[in-house]
Amino acid sequence: MTEQILLSASNLSVRFGGVLAVNNVSFDVKQGEVFTLIGPNGAGKTTVFNLISRIYTPTSGEISYLGKKLTDQPPHKIASLGIARTFQNIELFEYATVLQNLLIGRHTHCKSNLLAEIFFTGKTRAAEIDAREKAERVIDFLDLQHHRDSMVAGLPYGVRKVVELGRALCTEPRLLLLDEPSSGLNVEETEDMAFWIQDIKHELGITVLMVEHDMTLVSKVSDRVLAMNQGEVLAMGTPREVQTHPGVVEAYLGSVDDVSALRRPSHKEAA
Amino acid sequence: MRFIFKTDYGQDLNLAKHTGHLFWYGALLLLLVAAPWLFAEYWLAQLTFILIYSIVGLGLMLLAGFTGQFSIGHAAFLGVGAYTQAVFTNMGVPFPIALLLAGLLSAAVGVVVGLPALRVKGIYLGIATLSFGFIVEEVLARWESVTGGNAGIHVKHPNIFGWKVDSGEEFYFVCLAVAVLATLGILNLLRSPTGRAFVAIRDSEISAQSMGIHLARYKTLSFALSAALAGLGGALYAHKLQFISPDQFNILQSIDLLLMVVIGGLGSVHGAFLGAIFLISAPQLINLGKGFLPDAIGQAPGLQAVVYGAVLISFVLFEPLGLYGRWLKVRTWFQLFPFYRKGLFKRQKSFQKSDRLK
Repeated sequence: MTEQILLSASNLSVRFGGVLAVNNVSFDVKQGEVFTLIGPNGAGKTTVFNLISRIYTPTSGEISYLGKKLTDQPPHKIASLGIARTFQNIELFEYATVLQNLLIGRHTHCKSNLLAEIFFTGKTRAAEIDAREKAERVIDFLDLQHHRDSMVAGLPYGVRKVVELGRALCTEPRLLLLDEPSSGLNVEETEDMAFWIQDIKHELGITVLMVEHDMTLVSKVSDRVLAMNQGEVLAMGTPREVQTHPGVVEAYLGSVDDVSALRRPSHKEAA
Repeated sequence: MRFIFKTDYGQDLNLAKHTGHLFWYGALLLLLVAAPWLFAEYWLAQLTFILIYSIVGLGLMLLAGFTGQFSIGHAAFLGVGAYTQAVFTNMGVPFPIALLLAGLLSAAVGVVVGLPALRVKGIYLGIATLSFGFIVEEVLARWESVTGGNAGIHVKHPNIFGWKVDSGEEFYFVCLAVAVLATLGILNLLRSPTGRAFVAIRDSEISAQSMGIHLARYKTLSFALSAALAGLGGALYAHKLQFISPDQFNILQSIDLLLMVVIGGLGSVHGAFLGAIFLISAPQLINLGKGFLPDAIGQAPGLQAVVYGAVLISFVLFEPLGLYGRWLKVRTWFQLFPFYRKGLFKRQKSFQKSDRLK
C-alpha cells in the first residue's frame, strides 16, 4: 500500500467564546489505514470531526484532503469529495424506511433533473434501479435484509447504529468518519462492528478515521491512535504505544502525585 | 393479508404496488369521471372545490409534511395565483397559458418567501410567512389599477384555445385533469432523489447536509413547488368563484389550509385529499347539525370556528397522523383480523439528537 496522505490537519484550532475546544492539533491520515482519536470526554474529538465535515470552521489552521483545502468547501460539498460520516448520537431520517435512508446516502451520485423526476422518465427509473442495486450491496454487506422496509423510528439502537454506518457507506466514500461506532452497543454488537470496520478497510479499501472509547475495539482495528486531552494532542502512535504513554495514562487515571495526595496518611508517617 | 412476491427492483418503484391498488384507484377515477352524471349540480360544485383544495393541499403537504417547513401564509400564494389568472384571462390570454403563468409567478413569489426559511425555522418561520401573508393581502387590496382593490375583480370563463368552458360540468373536468396531473407529479417527485432530499431535510438537517444535500437549494425548491401548486389551485379557484377579492386570501384562509393538511395527516399524499374533503364537508355537516341544537348554540356566529378548533385539538391529541393515520389503522385492523393489538402503531421515543445546526 502506498503511503499516500489522504487527509492532513495542520495546527488546527477552534475557539467557542472563551473555550479553546481544539488547540493546535496536527495529524495526517494515510490512505488505507484506520486512524483513531481517543481521549477523555470533552477532549475535542467530535469537534475535530465537525471541523472536517465543515459543520464548524476552524479559528486557525488548515485541513487539506487530497491536496484540496477543505475549509474552502461548503458543508454539502464534503460528501461528494468522498468523505462520509456517522454521528455520535445517531442522526438518521426517523420517518423513512431503512432503504430510503440508504438511498439518501446515494444522493451525491444521483444526477437529478426536476422535470425528468416529475414525469419519472425512463432515465430516472434506470437511475433509481441503479441506486437501489448499490444500496442492496450495502444491505448485503451489513446484513440488514431483515430491516430493509422498516421505519427507522421503530428500530432498536443497535440496528440504527448499523443503518447509519450503511448510509455512510452508500455515499461510496474514500474516507469514512465514524463517531463512536460502538457507543451503546453490547459486547456482541461491538464485535460485529470491529469485523465490519476491518472489512471496510480490507475489502472496500476505505480509509477510516474514528473516535472511540472502547480500547478493546481500538486496539483490535486501529493502525494508529491519536490521544487528545483538553483540545491538545497528547500522544500519537500504534495503539500499544499510546496506551502505555505516561501522558495518556495520566489524562485518564490522574498522575502519581494525584493518587498519593488522595492516599490517607499511614500510621507510620503520622507517628 | 396480501403477500407480494417481488422479483425485481422496478416493482418497488411502481406507483401501483399490486393489482389491488390498480383496481381501487381505477374505480375511484372512474367514479370521478362519471360524477357529472351521478351528482346534482350543487354537489358537483362541492366536489370541484374539493379537487381545487386538494391541489393546494398537495403543495402545502409537500412543504409542511415532507420538507418540514411550515407556512402560515399559504393563502397568499393562492391569492397570487388567483389574481394572475384573473388578470390574464380578462386580457384574453388562453386558459392553459394563464394557468402556467399563475403557477410560475406563484413559484417566483415562493422563492422569495423561501429565503427567510434558509435562516429561521419553526415558530420563527411561521411568523415570517404569516407576515408575508398580510403583505400580499395588502398589496392585492392597494394595487387597484391591476387588482381592482377591495371592490374585487370579475373573472371571465376559461377559454381553452376556442373551447369556452362555461358550464360547471366542463369546468369540473378541467379541475379533475389538473388534480390528477398534480398528484402524479408529486408522487413521481416523492419517489425520486429530490423527494428523498426533502424528507431528509425534514428529519435531520445536519445529516442531510453531510449526505451532500444542498439545504438552501432544496428548501427554496420546496417553497417554489409548494407555491406553484397553491397558485394553480388559486387560478382554478378564481374561475370557480368567478369573482375574487383580497379578503378571500386572508389569514383565515391560510389557517384553513394548514388545518386541512394537519387533519388530513402530515406526511401523506392521501392526507391532502382527505383534508380537503374535511374542509369542504365540515361546514355542510355543521349546517345539518344546527337544526338539532338549541338556538342559542346553533345560531351562534362562531359555531364553525369552535367546531374546527375542537376537531383540530382532538386530532393533535389523539391522532397526530390525521385522517390518513386513522384509515391506516382501520385497514390494518381488517388485514390482521383478529390479531390487531393496540400498540401496533406506537413508536419508540426517539433518541437524543446530537448538536443541531444552529
